[in-house]
Amino acid sequence: MKIHEAHARKIFSDFGLPVPPSRMITSSAEARAATEEIPGPFVVKAQVLVGGRGKAGGVKLAGTPDEAVEKAETILGMEIKGITVDKVLIAHAVDIAHELYAGIIVDRRSRRPLMMVSPSGGIDIEEVARTTPEKILKIRIDPMWGLLPFQIRQMTSFLTDDREAAKQIGRALAALYQAFMGVDASLAEINPLVISPDRKVWAIDAKINIDDNGLIRRKSIAELRDESAEDPGEVEARSNGLSFVKLDGSIGCIVNGAGLAMATMDMIKHYGAEPANFLDIGGSSSPEKVLAAMRIILRDPNVKSILINIFGGITRCDDVASGIIEAKNELGIDVPLVVRLTGTNEEAAKKILAGTDLIPAETMDGGVKKAIEMAGS
Amino acid sequence: MSILVDEATQVIVQGITGRDGAFHTHQMIEYGTKVVGGVTPGKGGVKTEDGVPVFNSMSEAVAETGANTSVVYVPATFAADAVCEAADAAITLVVCITEGIPVQDMVKILPYLDSRGARMIGPNSPGIISPGKSKVGIMPGAIHRQGPVGVVSRSGTLTYEVVYHLSELGLGQSTCMGIGGDPIVGTNLLDALALFADDDQTDAVVLIGEIGGNDEEEAAAVIARNYPKKVAAFIAGRTAPPGKRMGHAGAIVTGGTGTAAEKIAAFEKAGVEVADTPADVARIMKGLLT
Repeated sequence: MKIHEAHARKIFSDFGLPVPPSRMITSSAEARAATEEIPGPFVVKAQVLVGGRGKAGGVKLAGTPDEAVEKAETILGMEIKGITVDKVLIAHAVDIAHELYAGIIVDRRSRRPLMMVSPSGGIDIEEVARTTPEKILKIRIDPMWGLLPFQIRQMTSFLTDDREAAKQIGRALAALYQAFMGVDASLAEINPLVISPDRKVWAIDAKINIDDNGLIRRKSIAELRDESAEDPGEVEARSNGLSFVKLDGSIGCIVNGAGLAMATMDMIKHYGAEPANFLDIGGSSSPEKVLAAMRIILRDPNVKSILINIFGGITRCDDVASGIIEAKNELGIDVPLVVRLTGTNEEAAKKILAGTDLIPAETMDGGVKKAIEMAGS
Repeated sequence: MSILVDEATQVIVQGITGRDGAFHTHQMIEYGTKVVGGVTPGKGGVKTEDGVPVFNSMSEAVAETGANTSVVYVPATFAADAVCEAADAAITLVVCITEGIPVQDMVKILPYLDSRGARMIGPNSPGIISPGKSKVGIMPGAIHRQGPVGVVSRSGTLTYEVVYHLSELGLGQSTCMGIGGDPIVGTNLLDALALFADDDQTDAVVLIGEIGGNDEEEAAAVIARNYPKKVAAFIAGRTAPPGKRMGHAGAIVTGGTGTAAEKIAAFEKAGVEVADTPADVARIMKGLLT
């Protein structure tokens, strides 16, 4: 789960990182109030969950309160990568002498938290990794011991010769690790971590992604989810226990299991068409889930046919078949439905679907070809 | 032979009185798996409908039954604890079906398992089956046949699809293992390849990967270095958009890495044929074995 910079700044600040004062606002009046609380100069930043907002004009500097309010008004309502900005952060802008990078992820290879620091902050870290990998220091952290003092010294001496700044950076890195672990993050990043001309260290940007699996024990973090920033279909899918990603093609698909769902999309492409979505109805699927899945897919006007591809294990084919019938009755489906059901309770499912106008398919290959053929006619 | 589970496997079901645990206990017994006990804290002392004794703790269950394997169906909130409890009770193989364990818990429990000499399969795994011998998990038993092909996969139902085609072509399986769809798992593709390499019954391996991480690339590098068995591969997620989690917690392309194209290229460079469709994997495997 992605959260807004404003929320990530709050988390960092709660864990003791030096973060300049800021406020998230949604209107001109709130912007005015924010400038009365926060000392200038200001930086005004669009709060969107996509990258590249700076290039899109979503980040602006302002010297005076009036200027800050004016910039906030410009950014509110702006479109960034198809998303309308409805939240803006107004923060105190600090003077910058050096820009550094600090970030932490769970490293799949070493199966440990991995902290990365670089003296080349303020630019995309993946770009630094590509062009000047020697400018990144990676530190693997033993979760039983945490970030150790010698590891902190390794990183601070890699980042600066300034001993006063190094002390503050060390405290910031320790706090970053605590924040990462404390909110079940999958990524926590400060880019840039800056040293000001008066040798103070500040986190002037904040990015945290939360491990979705961690949300079961982080209720207050889960509430930070901004559903207005997501595709409405994806929000509806999640509330129904489905996993859905919208794509641009014309063949809708409903599948059980993430791997089979991806393989179904790939096969649609392989046979020359484009999938309209990824949709995994999950394991023990009820008829209600199938109904919800159908409702979400049918809302996409690009969809010309729908393929239901089920290999029943825990998923029972008769449950899926009942859901299809329910959906047909309730939703008035006007696109062809191709159904491939095999595995647990397959025979019962076939009885339920007998005599309907659904198009049966015996195999996955056959189902995909049929769905493509039907979409074209 | 086969890997990790066989006729000698004696299983404790953790979470045996839950809905999924009870259902799959019955399915496993039907298949012929030796389910010798179950654990649900606070419900010990009774027997299930299948006559399996229920214990309050893993140490009690292991002491009473001599089990060597456990399968975990307990909810995500308690699953990490259940896995550690199994390892502490001297269980050597813990198969974790549960989906949704926080990744930071995985980071902590894997060293714990190492310290006690236990192996974990999963989490978020369909389990492991050695056809005709033992099934520890949730896969439909009937699609499997005994034979020379090892199968390792990051997926569940996609594996069933591939196994179905293998069996249709007369290609039985030594062992089929779903390693789980999470970013951090107890047994990864490399571990599975190493186990199959040493298994007499396994003549060839089907590897089913997907987007996210670099496990497939590392597996390809291992295969390129004189891997003793023939390998065919399938990679799911060629059409997955970057930055989107495709169902599995681990199935996400980030920062331009973990793409299907990279993985396919790595296998092809290692001389492993990558199938375009699940049915093609079986056809390729048939070609390799005849």
